[in-house]
Amino acid sequence: MLTRAYQHTLNSSTVPVGQVLLEIENIELRFGGVVSLQDVGLTVAQGHIHSIIGPNGAGKSSLLNCISGLYRPRSGSITLHTGDGSVTHELTTLAPHRIARLGVARSFQNIELFTNLTVLENLMLGRHVHMRRELLTSMLWLGPARREEIAHRGLVEEVVDLLELQAHRHRPVGSLAYGIQKRVELGRALCLQPALLLLDEPMAGMNTEEKEDMARYVLDVHELAGVTVILIEHDMNVVMDISDRVTVLDFGRLIADGTPDEVKRNPRVIEAYLGAGEH
Amino acid sequence: MGPQAATFPQLLARLAAERPGGTALQEKRYGIWQPLSWSRYATRVNDFAHGLAALGIRRGDVVAVLGDNRPEWLITELAAQSLGAAVVGIYPTSIGEELMHVLSLARVRVVVAEDQEQVDKLIRLREEAVGVARDPPLLVNTVVYYDPHGLEQYDEAFLAEFTAVEDRGRAWAGEHPGWLDEQLAAASPDDVALICTTSGTTSRPKLAELSHANLLAMAEHLTEVDPIKPDDRYVSFLPFAWIGEQMLAVACGLSRGLTISFPEDAATQKADLREIGPNVMFSPPRIWESMLSEVQVRIDEAGWLKRAVFSWGYSIGDAMAERRIHGRRAGGIGLLYRVADAVALRPVRDQLGLARIRRCYTGGAPLGPDVFRFFHAIGVNLKQIYGQTEICGIAVLHRDDDIAFNTVGTPIPETDIRIADDGEILLRSASVFRGYHRNPAATAEAVDAEGWLHTGDAGYLDDRGHLVVIDRAKDVLTTADGTPFSSAFIENKLKFSPYVEEAVTFANPDGVMTGLLTLDPMTVGSWAEHERLSYTTYTDLVGKPEVYELIAEEVDRANADLPENIRIRRFTVLHKQLDPDDDEITRTRKVRRSVISNRYGDIIDALRRGAPSVAVHSVISYQDGSEAERRLDLRIFDLSSYSVANGRGRRPVWSGRR
Repeated sequence: MLTRAYQHTLNSSTVPVGQVLLEIENIELRFGGVVSLQDVGLTVAQGHIHSIIGPNGAGKSSLLNCISGLYRPRSGSITLHTGDGSVTHELTTLAPHRIARLGVARSFQNIELFTNLTVLENLMLGRHVHMRRELLTSMLWLGPARREEIAHRGLVEEVVDLLELQAHRHRPVGSLAYGIQKRVELGRALCLQPALLLLDEPMAGMNTEEKEDMARYVLDVHELAGVTVILIEHDMNVVMDISDRVTVLDFGRLIADGTPDEVKRNPRVIEAYLGAGEH
Repeated sequence: MGPQAATFPQLLARLAAERPGGTALQEKRYGIWQPLSWSRYATRVNDFAHGLAALGIRRGDVVAVLGDNRPEWLITELAAQSLGAAVVGIYPTSIGEELMHVLSLARVRVVVAEDQEQVDKLIRLREEAVGVARDPPLLVNTVVYYDPHGLEQYDEAFLAEFTAVEDRGRAWAGEHPGWLDEQLAAASPDDVALICTTSGTTSRPKLAELSHANLLAMAEHLTEVDPIKPDDRYVSFLPFAWIGEQMLAVACGLSRGLTISFPEDAATQKADLREIGPNVMFSPPRIWESMLSEVQVRIDEAGWLKRAVFSWGYSIGDAMAERRIHGRRAGGIGLLYRVADAVALRPVRDQLGLARIRRCYTGGAPLGPDVFRFFHAIGVNLKQIYGQTEICGIAVLHRDDDIAFNTVGTPIPETDIRIADDGEILLRSASVFRGYHRNPAATAEAVDAEGWLHTGDAGYLDDRGHLVVIDRAKDVLTTADGTPFSSAFIENKLKFSPYVEEAVTFANPDGVMTGLLTLDPMTVGSWAEHERLSYTTYTDLVGKPEVYELIAEEVDRANADLPENIRIRRFTVLHKQLDPDDDEITRTRKVRRSVISNRYGDIIDALRRGAPSVAVHSVISYQDGSEAERRLDLRIFDLSSYSVANGRGRRPVWSGRR
């Protein structure tokens, strides 16, 4: 193999760029008497970085959890398009592992990695949904299982290369700096070969430089791998810089949805997000 | 056919025939060392040579390479040479005017660039050149890249992927059978093989033309002193634009059949170096200095037992080194040394990736004698090389049993040396270059009618026949009482401190020596952590009074080793590190004194006057070309009334602490 181009596509969605990938309609989510999301609807187009912003408690993570199936909304629908865009799946009725198999991958606000496993092992775990060998074959490390693992390792190594994790490959995740752990988590989600990548505050708790680094990796994932991303982020500068489209939530309600420029000018956003009277 | 009669492509063909399956190059990719055999290597060179021909490259042209060390770099070099063209290496960190200068001066039409970053630079350069009259003009019409990531969407017609050019080459070869063989047969050892940029501490880089014969004569003479075996390993991580890397990886590599390994990434360089365990290495002083710093930091973080064992082992190693470098036998301490080596020294060598080293070299700039001594004490056979790009990088070398830390050794075979009446070092050998590219005036200045290369360095031969280099001739200073000395000598004493990264000293008319220092953020940072000192940025760190005290002690220590009349009286720590992007230092990390003197004139002046502090307005240019300005006060430390606090002993060489 002479070319240095990647041999695997990390984006598993075949929906044409610009067409609807995910449709959320009128969802409502309640915890007892607390309304977490009400009447929220939005559309994510294939090939976009779609950011969801809002103050603490606005329901951003809840929305992500609804998409990945961890929460089940009381009403409304979430539709994922696959194939050429004409095949639809209603996510609100599916279990999380089924949603993962459809290609919806996510990272968490708090790092959810196996801290005693190495970076490589954590990334290989991301391939788990694609492994087809049965338990016995795998345990005996027979030919097919071995070939399968080598093939998966090939893809994992491309993710290592894309996210520049080479120096950390064999280090236990627990011993790595926070920013790098975040990158490993992004990498594990990528190893799933997602159709849609959900990133929950990938830049939380980082300084400006680390944020810029992470933003660059998110852009790389988007531009080089062509993966559609839904991004939750607090940092307005980052969001406005890298997003194609921005949705703003406040107290569980959608208050704005549009391009970064439209959203920035929206008076309700200024009031909710930046505080009334300060501007 | 002796090596003197050959060219590099002929040597490659010979190796491909003799050991087709042997590993020529290996690169770590995807976590695995991926080998390229001699026969595959030769085939790829052939294909790319035809590809270059298809792009219009012919005998006498120059192809530029802009990228880190990868197999494609060498494939391009050999391919260009196969059809009688030459290659010019450009430091991958070069930007703007520097890049424009080299590309236009060499009339480069095809550039082989590594990745998106380099391609973007070239696209911008081409855009800027449109409509601007320039002499010589920028002629680049094809950019070949080998790392396609991120370039998928680029539709510029002048871009081509490396493997696509190889494919095109194969097709072109089919249409022109026998063409390349004719070119190979027409090659002469006196053709230009390689163009190296001179380090240019004084002005814009000049382009030195080196022929096959120049480089192969050098390889022959160097390996006569220090033989290189075919199964020796070499790790290539310093820029190929630097003559030192070309010297071993290409000239010695192809004439002796070395296996070259390329690390995966800059971040994994140390681990990869350790994995390969090279037998031979050539690095500029900064690499050795940073290795020493690393040892210092890690020993200081070790427990008392490890420190004690290393301390003991080091003293034995030091005594042993003293005998070895003078060619004496181990004698009584032989057995003790074996123990010390096993428990203390070998593990350190192994950590540094130097476990298998038979010989390694330093060159390009002077290395402090104390750093030198450290490596010999831990059992690393480090030797000084003295040379210039204009003489293929080497003319003078230490011999294994005859090493002196303050000299650069004796001339390699077939090399004449003479000290001119004004003290300038003159050299003559078959390796003296063909001349500067399109600059006969400068060539005539550098090489006289009798073939002597005027190095511009001042030096003398000591009573054992070793060459001692004082400094660049124009930088040699005299003290008030008339003794010549070199600021580099003082600077190296200062730089021996693990905390000092760079030092620039100034001799003032009243005889007072002053110094401008920058600090090593890694060692000072680790010291600050140990002292529970919090800091944010480099600027914040170096402004701390505690750090000033630390550095004052280091300078005082360096002063103790200097003659009375050249001791540093006052110093200040600069608010930023010296950066090649600011032109303050060359890409090979040599300080540009003229730039420093201009840019920091106020500070230097305040140092001379002995002011208590000096205000600086610094303009910082970022990699993206934007600029920012800010104001700071730099403290000037006067050592005339300073004395180290009582009870503070001297720290050992291998530690930053007492």
